Amino acid sequence: MSLGQTFGVALQGLGGSVVTVEVDIADGIPSYTLLGLPDAALNESRDRVRAAIVNCAEQWPNRKVTVSLSPAWMPKSGSSFDLAIAVAILAANSSVGVIPEIIFLGELSLDGKLRAVRGVLPSLMAAHSAGILRAVVPMANRAEAQLMTSMEIIPMSHLHEVLLWLRTGERSENLELDLEQVVDTALDFEDVAGQPLARRAAEIAATGGHHLLLIGPPGAGKTMIADRLPTILPALTLEEALEVTAVHSIAGSFATRSPMSRLAPIVAPHHTTTRVAMVGGGSHLIKPGACSLAHHGVLFIDEAPECGPGILDSLRQPLEAGTITIARAIGNLTFPARFLLVLAANPCPCGKFTGRGTSCVCTSLQVRRYLGKLSGPLMDRIDIRVHVDPVGRVDMARADLAESSATMRERVIAARLVASKRFAHEPFSLNGQIPSRALRTTYQPERIAMNFLHDELDRERLTARGLHKVMRTSWTLADLYQHDRPTLVDVHEAYALREGIEL
Amino acid sequence: MPTVKKNNKVLGAFGEEVIVKELISKNFEIIERNWRIREGEIDIIALSPDGFFSFVEVKTRSSLAFGHPFEAITPVKAQRLQRLALAWLATHKCLGCDYRIDIAAVLIDSSGGFSTEYRVGVL
Repeated sequence: MSLGQTFGVALQGLGGSVVTVEVDIADGIPSYTLLGLPDAALNESRDRVRAAIVNCAEQWPNRKVTVSLSPAWMPKSGSSFDLAIAVAILAANSSVGVIPEIIFLGELSLDGKLRAVRGVLPSLMAAHSAGILRAVVPMANRAEAQLMTSMEIIPMSHLHEVLLWLRTGERSENLELDLEQVVDTALDFEDVAGQPLARRAAEIAATGGHHLLLIGPPGAGKTMIADRLPTILPALTLEEALEVTAVHSIAGSFATRSPMSRLAPIVAPHHTTTRVAMVGGGSHLIKPGACSLAHHGVLFIDEAPECGPGILDSLRQPLEAGTITIARAIGNLTFPARFLLVLAANPCPCGKFTGRGTSCVCTSLQVRRYLGKLSGPLMDRIDIRVHVDPVGRVDMARADLAESSATMRERVIAARLVASKRFAHEPFSLNGQIPSRALRTTYQPERIAMNFLHDELDRERLTARGLHKVMRTSWTLADLYQHDRPTLVDVHEAYALREGIEL
Repeated sequence: MPTVKKNNKVLGAFGEEVIVKELISKNFEIIERNWRIREGEIDIIALSPDGFFSFVEVKTRSSLAFGHPFEAITPVKAQRLQRLALAWLATHKCLGCDYRIDIAAVLIDSSGGFSTEYRVGVL
């Protein structure tokens, strides 16, 4: 037989298509042609595949080898086709028999070892929806691959093993991984001294999915609080965890996050980040940005006023839609991006404009301008703005203020349960996601509370969007206080949390 | 012309001799050998039993240290073979005749024996 066929997957964003890898070996001058719009990394597969085959003591066909990746019109990239190509060549060369319907994923090293590739989980999802239920994946990707419980996953570490398995059906023991056995983080809210207001704000933000702004001097604990926010968010459901892992798989960011983690992710891009890094992009291979990596988790931007112009504003669309669509020459891609935004800022450029502000060396104009960089449409989308004051001696000593993450998380979960029961027939599940129309009709706070809000609106102390934001936060407070409907007290508190800081 | 080691020349001639004998045994009619113009050289021009002009490039190797003999035929050399074939047909008023380009490999092993490989119509 001089024809061989295997299957791989070409990814575009989170979606993928099964690619048929066909190999023809014809008489002629030895040559190797790769068809099907390969990119540079894929074109180089020729040399990797050849070296791997020769170093596995297999026969390389000294003939005219034509490899076709179909559908041919679809641009393909990356090294994950190496294994599929190698097996197809050996099948065409009659070194192995006819290959059953299996997806082959993996990059080959020159000695035939299988190397980890990006995007294994989304590739398998694509294979699954195309009806192929078996896949050979690199051993290093097995944790991620085994999340696809509906497929037969065959982790392999060497081309030798793959060939042995194809020829004889023998394979080494499949190491089953325990999905629950993941230690996610050592962080805990217990470590945060004092800061009752900021802790409370974090809890409210986690409960209702409200965006949060923390303002305080350096060293007060803004970063500590933001870093611990995932520890009080409910564990991700399997569905959510799969979505998160798929995005991280495309981005190749498993160095910092276990693929089996159920902990809500936190992504903290530096303030010098670019817009593309924030929302995703790239020309050949479109990668998800920080806001998609923070899907179902926390996007934490420290020193937010230092961010370049337009960077924070690029978050406005995903904040509204929960997704981000990236348009490039090769096509439009949509990544999920439903995250909890946490911004942290110093009160002024020198950072000391707090309390009486006596040691601050900034001019009043500088102070105004500094936080002014944050204002505008983005700030309007922030529900909770709190000051994080410097920690004093009393705070350090009072251990009773330092609740553990577990305790806080219990309250968050309980309050979320109330909300999800209320929203059982709605398309949303968190208070932060109630549409404004529903707020005005079905989900109004008590009448006396509404009167107060309308007064504030009339006095132009509250915008229409601000009004809705306060109503949403008040629902979260009502859930936490176990009120059936937000009371005047809840609305007052929500209003104070939002408007407490003049910007 | 780059200098060719005498040894290699002998080797090449030996290989061509082997292939000529093989072609004759397969009822090929040898028309010309080592036809040379400024562009280059065609090792063997033969008329195949089924009526094709066969332009044969012979590669001879005494080891596989530099890869399979056929691998020495790069795309550039293959193009040149094509041009040479057309040039031969033109000079012999045969343009339009059926023709093809064949390649032959002769591999000599250390014990003095050899093996051949012949591929038909590679372009």
